[in-house]
Amino acid sequence: MGDVLAIVEQREGKLRGVSGEVVSAAGKLASGLGGSLRALLVGGPGAGEAAGDLGRFGAETIRVAESEDLAAYNPQGYARVVADEIRSGDFAGVLFAATSQGKDLAPRVAALLDVPLASDVTELEVEEGTVVAVRPVYSGKAFATVEFGDSPALVSIRPNVFAAQEKAGAGTVETFQPEGVDPGSWSVRLKEFKAAAGETKDVAEAPVVVSGGRGMKGPENWNLLEDLQTALGSDAALGASRAVVDAGWRPHAEQVGQTGKTVAPKLYFALGISGAIQHLAGMRTAQTIVAVNKDPDAPIFQVADYGIVGDLFEVVPRLTEAVRELKEGD
Amino acid sequence: MNIVVCIKRTPDTETKIRLGDDGKSIDPGGVKYIISPYDEFAIEAALQVTEEGDGGEVTLVSLGGDDTPETLRQGLAMGAHKAVHLKGDADLDGLATARALQAELETMDVPLVLFGMKSADVDQQQVGPMVATLMDRPCATGVSEFEVGDGVVTCQREVEGGTEVLELDLPAVVTMTKGKVEPRYASLKGIMAAKRKPMEEKEAQTGEPRLTVRKLAYPPERPEGRVVGEGPEAVPELVRLLREEAKAL
Repeated sequence: MGDVLAIVEQREGKLRGVSGEVVSAAGKLASGLGGSLRALLVGGPGAGEAAGDLGRFGAETIRVAESEDLAAYNPQGYARVVADEIRSGDFAGVLFAATSQGKDLAPRVAALLDVPLASDVTELEVEEGTVVAVRPVYSGKAFATVEFGDSPALVSIRPNVFAAQEKAGAGTVETFQPEGVDPGSWSVRLKEFKAAAGETKDVAEAPVVVSGGRGMKGPENWNLLEDLQTALGSDAALGASRAVVDAGWRPHAEQVGQTGKTVAPKLYFALGISGAIQHLAGMRTAQTIVAVNKDPDAPIFQVADYGIVGDLFEVVPRLTEAVRELKEGD
Repeated sequence: MNIVVCIKRTPDTETKIRLGDDGKSIDPGGVKYIISPYDEFAIEAALQVTEEGDGGEVTLVSLGGDDTPETLRQGLAMGAHKAVHLKGDADLDGLATARALQAELETMDVPLVLFGMKSADVDQQQVGPMVATLMDRPCATGVSEFEVGDGVVTCQREVEGGTEVLELDLPAVVTMTKGKVEPRYASLKGIMAAKRKPMEEKEAQTGEPRLTVRKLAYPPERPEGRVVGEGPEAVPELVRLLREEAKAL
């Protein structure tokens, strides 16, 4: 009745980092609803090997749909498997991660099942036995509390907002071969995956973001930010303001703010970013914001937990050095 | 090739949002409305296909209230050929919006339907793939560039860590994000011509929305910003605060 299903993601057989967050949030919802927690992973042969790891976040049953044809994400193939799994139970809620895959998949599943979907949710509650979600609208300039007029409530959660909480106990992994996987009937096909240069985290998912703006003066100065990123460790990703993306200094994939990505990292560095309203909307839910700008009146200082007024070409190298020393001392 | 672009009227992204008295919606007073920026990318992409290929028409479809024709005219001024205004409002419910659009799209015989990846207001990123699923068509979301080939459209889709190249059989649905090309501005000639372009008005079949807003609130207040100091001399104090107070390092 009040069961909850967590849809987790893998890429190349490895669980995506956000999976623990989805399972934990789903577990909290399930206990609020008095139901049990199931997780579903769709992947290629052997996907189940990674799935046992989800037990530590409280998944009681971990279902793994394995098929050679589902090793890589296919919208039509995955949507059918997920919709069938939802039909097989009596779920009050289904949680996806609001990643590029989750945002692509969840609407299809909602349409197949004819149930409502709330995207990019930042809070989930159970009120009088039903699911209530809070999600940003107008790119974070307001937050809407939304109600579901049908069940199950489909939700995609924003990465980095819900805590991944480990619990005692292990889940049972059930591997199965999904029915009706027929690549011949798919009218969308993945032809190629072009990996971005370097193995950095995506700005939308990274716990630490180092963002640069027009104050960087030119793309040739980005080594300054890359050095800070490296010093901060593998959790850090590069971000950019709209101005520098429009100027062609950085790729759109890095853009933070309206017409770019909305991020909620634990730590956000705004370097040479004045803080236009569209940019603030995209990063204001970061836990801690650091700003370096030479203009003391820059709007970014109104939201920055810690600001330094000064020339970033002097401040950032010093900061990088200090972070490096700190990390070496750990 | 004939293309439909589904667009939405949204507040300008530079607009400050003020909440309305009902606690569920925004105060529209003083708000400038525009074509949602992602939808402009879609219009631009559609216009380029019809200009470079064997011609064809771009039809704009928009679900919305009484002010929607103004937004559709802006798209016609960019160069789209005609427009359909579906009168109604499904607010947040993407599936209700998708059903209303599906009903209209099924009366048209178009091989390619474009959307913006998301709207600048409710930002749900749902309607394009929902319409595609309801119509049993393939869909690629968050596409920065595409190329129409023989019976297929090949799309570049930005995902975490790289770009997917997807091939979709036509008829297909594609939702656009920012690409290499900037949407064009409407010329004065375009604005004049837009006034004479055909616009149909129909009642939308949205049905009863099942995803509803109970309350709208301002974002949680951030603590007052604090300047640690000036210049590189402030770095040690910043690092200390990040480590000891924010526990972020």
